Amino acid sequence: MTLHTRSVAELAAGLAAKEFSAVELTQHYLARIEAANPALNAFVTITPERALADARKADAARAAGRAGPLTGVPLAHKDIFCTDGIRTSCGSRMLDNFIAPYDATVVERLQAAGTVLLGKTNMDEFAMGSSNETSYYGAVKNPWNLRKVPGGSSGGSAAAVAARLAPVATGTDTGGSIRQPAALVGITGIKPTYGRVSRYGMVAFASSLDQAGILAPSAEDCALLLGAMAGFDPRDSTSVDRPVPDYAAELRLPLKGVRLGLLKEFLERGLEAATGALVQAAIARLQSLGATLVDVSCPSLPLSVPAYYVVAPAECSSNLSRFDGIRFGHRCKEPRDLLDLYRRSRGEGFGAEVKRRIMTGTYVLSAGYYDAYYLKAQKVRSLISAEFKQAFTQADVLVGPTAPTPAFDIGAKVDDPITMYLNDIYTIGANLAGLPAMSVPCGFVDGLPVGLQLIGPHFAESRILAAAHAYQCATDFHRRLPASGT
Amino acid sequence: MSSAAGRDGWEVVIGLEIHAQLATRSKIFSGSATVYGAAPNSQANLVDLGYPGVLPVLNGEAVRMAVKFGVATGATVAPRSVFARKNYFYPDLPKGYQISQYERPIVEDGSLEILLDDGTRKTIGITRAHLEEDAGKSLHDGPANASGIDLNRAGTPLLEIVSEPDLRSAKEAVAYMKKVHTLVRYLEICDGNMQEGSFRCDANVSVRRLGAAKFGTRCEIKNVNSFRYVEKAINYEIGRQIAVLERGGSITQQTRLYDAAKDETRVMRSKEEANDYRYFPDPDLLPVALDQTFIDAVRATLPELPDEKAARFARSYGLQAYDAGVLTASRELADYYEAVVRGVGGDAAAAKLAANWVMGDWSALLNRDGLDVGAAKVSAGALAGLLRRVVDATISGKIAKEVFESMWAEGVEADAVIAAKGLRQITDAGAIEAAIDAVMAANPQQLADYRAGKDKLFGFFVGQVMKATQGKANPAQLNELLRKKLAP
Repeated sequence: MTLHTRSVAELAAGLAAKEFSAVELTQHYLARIEAANPALNAFVTITPERALADARKADAARAAGRAGPLTGVPLAHKDIFCTDGIRTSCGSRMLDNFIAPYDATVVERLQAAGTVLLGKTNMDEFAMGSSNETSYYGAVKNPWNLRKVPGGSSGGSAAAVAARLAPVATGTDTGGSIRQPAALVGITGIKPTYGRVSRYGMVAFASSLDQAGILAPSAEDCALLLGAMAGFDPRDSTSVDRPVPDYAAELRLPLKGVRLGLLKEFLERGLEAATGALVQAAIARLQSLGATLVDVSCPSLPLSVPAYYVVAPAECSSNLSRFDGIRFGHRCKEPRDLLDLYRRSRGEGFGAEVKRRIMTGTYVLSAGYYDAYYLKAQKVRSLISAEFKQAFTQADVLVGPTAPTPAFDIGAKVDDPITMYLNDIYTIGANLAGLPAMSVPCGFVDGLPVGLQLIGPHFAESRILAAAHAYQCATDFHRRLPASGT
Repeated sequence: MSSAAGRDGWEVVIGLEIHAQLATRSKIFSGSATVYGAAPNSQANLVDLGYPGVLPVLNGEAVRMAVKFGVATGATVAPRSVFARKNYFYPDLPKGYQISQYERPIVEDGSLEILLDDGTRKTIGITRAHLEEDAGKSLHDGPANASGIDLNRAGTPLLEIVSEPDLRSAKEAVAYMKKVHTLVRYLEICDGNMQEGSFRCDANVSVRRLGAAKFGTRCEIKNVNSFRYVEKAINYEIGRQIAVLERGGSITQQTRLYDAAKDETRVMRSKEEANDYRYFPDPDLLPVALDQTFIDAVRATLPELPDEKAARFARSYGLQAYDAGVLTASRELADYYEAVVRGVGGDAAAAKLAANWVMGDWSALLNRDGLDVGAAKVSAGALAGLLRRVVDATISGKIAKEVFESMWAEGVEADAVIAAKGLRQITDAGAIEAAIDAVMAANPQQLADYRAGKDKLFGFFVGQVMKATQGKANPAQLNELLRKKLAP
C-alpha cells in the first residue's frame, strides 16, 4: 500500500506502529509536491526545510513516548492563516511581501498537536471567489481534469488533498469555500459552527461568516483534525467557550433513527439533473443505512445569495481598509501624496474581484443605502436562521447538494460574476445561520466528482460527521483518486 | 472683533462633546500599556497596528468605568450596547476604521447640575456617553516630505460624553466642563490631565434670535484642551456667528479649529466635505450585555460624589455654597480641607478658619508653584498645627501668615518657626502696658491731640506699640489696654 493513498487515520496508525517515520512520510509528500505542483499550482509556498525540521521533532517526540494521535502527520495551510516567519499572501499581490510575525491560533494548535507543515496553499484572492481563478498566483487546476476549476476559495487546499500532495489541509469557509471545492475535487470538507474554531490569525474576509475548517480524504480524518483545532480562544471574542467533544469517538453515533431533512428549496433552483440524481441516490443510501427522511422547507433560502452578497462585501470593504500601503503589504512606488499612496497602493495591490466587492460593500453601507441594503440583508439573515431552527425541530441533519454542477471549465464564468456567485447557492445558508456543514463525495458525472452536503444544528458537528462516516463506511467514492493522485 | 459685541437680542446654544481618556492600565481592545510619554510605537502591539488576522478583545475595566459614570450621572445604563465601526482612511488610524459605539451607546439620559453666577442651579442633560478607541498621532516635525506615525495612543479607551444643547453661554459651558472634570476624577475613571490630552472637548455652538423656535446652524469647534481656551473659543465663535447674521449672511455648518495664539476659530472642513463614515456593527465584537447585578455592584463602589460632598460641607461646616463648591472641586482638596478641620478641633470656628486658609494663602502658594494638592509644601497636619496656634492665641492671624510662608519655604512645623523667630505673642498685660507707657511718653503731642478728640489717632498708637513689640502684642489685649490708658 503506497503511503499517499492512505487516509490521515491510516497514516497516523502507520506512524504509531513505526511502519514509517515522520521524516520518511514528509519526504514522500515533498517529492509528490515537487513533481505535481507545477501542473496543479496548488501550493504558493512550499516549506521543505520547515517540514523536515517538524518531522524530525515529531519522530523525536514519538521516540520519547510523547506522541499524540496527529504527531508526524504532514499538512498544508491555506495561505490565509498567518504563519510566523513564512509568507502569508492571501492569494493577493497586496500581501505578496507579507511575512506575519505570529502564528494563527489554528496554526499554533495544529503545530502543538505535532503536525508537519508542508507549505501554504493557493486560494482565491482574500478568499473571494468560487473557482480559484482570482488568485494573484494564477488558477489552481482540478486534479480530475486540468482544464477544470477546483472550486474556491480553498481551491489550493482542495486540489492538494485530492491529488494527495498533502494528506490533509486547512481551509476557510465564508460562503462555501471549503465545501464547494471539496465537492468539486471529490474529497471531504467540514465547516464547523461559527465560533467553534478561533479566527485569530486568519486574515478576515467577512468576519461574521468566516470559519476555519478541514479538507481531508474522509469524515474520520475531518474529525481527527477538527478535534485538534477547535476550542475557545480568548483572543477571538466570537469564539465560543464550550467543551470540544471527542469527534473521533463520536463517529460511531448510530445512523439508525436519524431524521434526514430534505430541503425543498435545494432541489428547486438551478440544480443540474445528473448532479441531482447522484444526491438523491446518496440520500437513498443513507435511508437504507437506517436514517429516515422528512421534507423540510426554509422558504427564505432563495434570498441567501443576495443577502450574502450584501453582508460579505460590506464587512470586507471595512476589513480590507487596513491594507493601505502604510504599515505592511504592497506600497506603490514614489507616491506623490497621501491620496496617491492610497489610490495606487490599493489599485495595484488588489485584483478585480476584490475591488468589485470593496466597491459593492462601500455602496451598501453608504448613507442613504444602509437601510435598504445592509439592514435588509441582516433581516433576511435573521429570517433564514429562524427557518433553519424550525427545520431542525423536524430533522436532525439537513441534506442536499453542495454545488449545482460538477467542476466547470477554467475561464467559463470568470467574466460573469452573477453566474459565478450562484455556485454558492446551496452553501451560503449555513454561513448566514452559522451552522456546521460538510461536503462528502457521492459519485461522478462525466468523470468529475459530485458532493453531498450535510448541515447540522449549532455545535452538532458530531452528528454530521457520524452520518458522513456511516455513509463512507458503506461507499468508496471518497477512496477514488484522480490519475494524478495514484 | 470683540467677543461681547452685538449679543443683545441673541440667544446662544452650546452642546459639548467631552472625550475623557479612561484610566485603564491597558488599551480598550488590546493588552498594550497606556502610559503617557513612552517612546513612539513602543506601546503598540499587533492589534494596535491593525495587523492582518488580529482581533479586538474588549477590556472589561473600560466597561466598568463607563458604567460608573452612568450611575453617577443618574443615567440609564444600557443592558445591551453595541460597538460599531466608523470607517475612514488616515495614516494614524491603523485599521481604516475606529471602533466606537454608534446607535447603541452604553450610557444614555444622564444629567449634571451646575452652579450659576447668581447662585442658582441649572441641570444640564447628558444625551449619551459611549466607549471608543482613540487614534494614533501623526507627527509632522520630522524630515521634510515625510510624516511620522506614533501608534502608542491608538486603542486608548475613551468615554465620549455628549451633552444636550442646554448650555447658554461660554461661562456655563466651562462650568459644565469643570463639573464633568471633577466628577471623572472623583470616580477615578480619568486622570483629567488636559495637557496630556486625557480630557478634551469639542464644542457645538449656534446662535438664534431670542424667542426663535428653531436652533440656528451650528459649528463644531474641535479638540480644545483647556477651560480657558474653551471659553475663549466659544466666545469668539459666538461673536463671529452674530456678526455674520447681523450682516445678513448665513452660517454654514462647519468643523472649526481654535487657534489660541490668534484667539480665533478657523474652518477645518465644511459639511459637504464631511466623510460618510459607513457605520455598521463590528462583527468582531459581541454586544456588551450587562445585567442589573453588575450595574448595582458598580453603583455600590461609588464614592461620595462632588454634589453630595459640597452639600455636606455646607451643612456640617456652615460654608457658603460657593466655598463648598471650591473645596470639593477635587477629592484630594476636599480630603485636605477635612484633615485640617479635624486637626484644628473640628468645630464650626475651626471649619471657618480652615476654609479661609485653604482657599486663601495655601491655595495661593499652591498655584504660584504650580503644584497638585498631593505635592503641597505644607501638609494638612502642619497647617492644622499652625492654625491651632492662632486659635490658642500663641500668634496673631497676621503673624500666622509670616509663619506660614516660612513653613512653605523651609518645610518646617509652625511651632519651630515661632520658637526660632521669637514670634510668640505677648499676652503679659504688664509687658504690653510698659510698651504703651513708653509710646505715650515718646509722643506727647499726639497724646494731647487724641485726648482733645482726634479719635483717629488710636490707630497710630496701635501701630507704634506693635512696632515696639515687633508685632507680637496680642491685638485684642492691646486694644483694650490702650483704650484704658489713653482715656483722659
